[in-house]
Amino acid sequence: MSLKKTQLKKVKVNDNTNVLFGSVERRSILKATTTFSAIGIAIAAGPFVESMLPSEAAKAGGAPVDVDLSNIESGALLMVEWRGKPVWIVHRNQEMLKFLNMDQQRLSDPDSKLPQQPLYCKNETRSIKPEYLVAIGICTHLGCVPIFRSQVTPNDLGSEWHGGFYCPCHGSKYDLAGRVYKGVPAPTNLVVPPHTYSGDSRLIIGINHA
Amino acid sequence: MANLDLSKKATALLGWVDDRFPLTSNIKTHLTEYYAPKNFNFWYYFGALALLVLVMQILTGIFLTMNYKPDADLAFASVEYIMRDVTGGWLIRYMHSTGASMFFVVIYLHMFRGVIYGSYRTPRELIWLFGVGIFLVLMGEAFFGYLLPWGQMSYWGAQVIVNLFSSIPFIGPDVSEWLRGDYLISDATLNRFFAFHVIALPLVLLGLVVSHLIALHEVGSNNPDGVEIKKNKDPVTHVPLDGIPFHPYYTVKDLVGVSVFLIVFSAIIFFAPEMGGYFLEANNFVPADSLKTPAHIAPVWYFTPYYSILRAVPPILNSQFPGVAAMGLSVMVFALLPWLDKGKVKSIRYRGALYKKWLAAFIVSFLILGYLGTVPSTVWGQFGSWLSGADRATVIARIFTVVYFSFFIFMPLYTKRDKTKAVPERVVY
Repeated sequence: MSLKKTQLKKVKVNDNTNVLFGSVERRSILKATTTFSAIGIAIAAGPFVESMLPSEAAKAGGAPVDVDLSNIESGALLMVEWRGKPVWIVHRNQEMLKFLNMDQQRLSDPDSKLPQQPLYCKNETRSIKPEYLVAIGICTHLGCVPIFRSQVTPNDLGSEWHGGFYCPCHGSKYDLAGRVYKGVPAPTNLVVPPHTYSGDSRLIIGINHA
Repeated sequence: MANLDLSKKATALLGWVDDRFPLTSNIKTHLTEYYAPKNFNFWYYFGALALLVLVMQILTGIFLTMNYKPDADLAFASVEYIMRDVTGGWLIRYMHSTGASMFFVVIYLHMFRGVIYGSYRTPRELIWLFGVGIFLVLMGEAFFGYLLPWGQMSYWGAQVIVNLFSSIPFIGPDVSEWLRGDYLISDATLNRFFAFHVIALPLVLLGLVVSHLIALHEVGSNNPDGVEIKKNKDPVTHVPLDGIPFHPYYTVKDLVGVSVFLIVFSAIIFFAPEMGGYFLEANNFVPADSLKTPAHIAPVWYFTPYYSILRAVPPILNSQFPGVAAMGLSVMVFALLPWLDKGKVKSIRYRGALYKKWLAAFIVSFLILGYLGTVPSTVWGQFGSWLSGADRATVIARIFTVVYFSFFIFMPLYTKRDKTKAVPERVVY
């Protein structure tokens, strides 16, 4: 207790005479020390922040995937995994392709203006070959996996449903080219991943089409 | 304790401690000579109950970590191991999972008390801000903790929330990749969420709770009348005339509240630990699968009002960021209450009809948004073609989102215009 009192007094006296903290020189040193400490802490934080980035093992897990298309029936969907994401390959039949042109005015981006696909898929069917749609099956709203609903005008989706993808999370709807309908939470079309063909029925996901 | 004369310097052990650590003076400041208003009512149980739940969560959490494995291959099975094979494990696990929901029940009621009695008003703004901080950290705790059982709902809930960050313009996708530590929610994500849940956030939470209480004990408690009891002190003893020592009066009273709470708590644990899917969702009893979204994803009930707001806001300029921002704002806006409320009185007892109508509208919005957040947006069907076939529930959610924010936006106006009643000099009880 008595020690504290004398300390207080000392500070007071010194404060008045501007010796202990008051001089400009000492204040500058104080500021410089504080600044350098802050910089030091920021630099030291770097490795900790970086340690949370995907590890080398996680990056290696993202290699291209090879798919044999001959087993997909007409009108069916095959899901493969690429970089831990579901990639859909839909073998579209003639009826499905016909519907793609019918719903244009109800779509939010019918001409695929937004860069949700590689340039070689910026066309009417959003694909390299019209009969095969390749798209990442993750809703552009909040990342759920939409459900493939190929039947036309089912009870729960209404009379204007011509087949497509319905997201169970928040009700977003896409057509069979992965184009999003207007008035749903999802803002953009489904992403078409980089892909290419080697031979007639071999699809490689993860490499760009030349 | 009560017979001990604390005004004199005690001898023996207590004296020895007091010379080295302010034990007696702290007991006085925070318990035996902390004067709380004598007109506390039912609403004042929830602060103490929140502390009780916090202690329970920490204790049950420690015991859960003894058997839980934060590994994507082992996590789901280790939780089931706790439930089936660990002696008493089911009880500890259900205490923890029920405790999470009850934490929010208690906190929401505690916050509501603060709102109706104006406990956030001067000089208690910092108590309120610390409280909002506690609420935010608690939401983080709940979110990180919910991933740990590694069930379908854990997985997809985390997927939705982490992707919220993707919508931030420019840096979004990198931020969510950094949060996940992978291109998808994976073992890396689970492992770090475990670290956040069991050590990082609890430390922050404890710091905030201590700050909340220190700030409270600095300015003193508010009360249902919103009267400052420190204005009327005994001229000799300087004790507030309307105050009674927290210990023993309120410690004993709170014990009654604790007993009632524990009866309810036990009833839930023993008879309805899943609470019909509201506390533990059915889909979470299915192991996580990154290639299959459950048919209906809903957050746990305590997040649903904000989740409804997220869903209600349509994308603007092809960006879903506005919805995410609105959801963030709907939580953060509580922090502004001390500065939005321009009313002449603190307590709802002396507010006029105008304020009460706005508050009622807010409560209704909060509850309806909360309900809508638990169901798919197609729950009430669609409007006809005159509204381009929009989901009824979405339109209703939009209306109540507007009401929700209006309560805050127009607060400076209606609280000022409100015809208030005269506040008494002393507390009424």
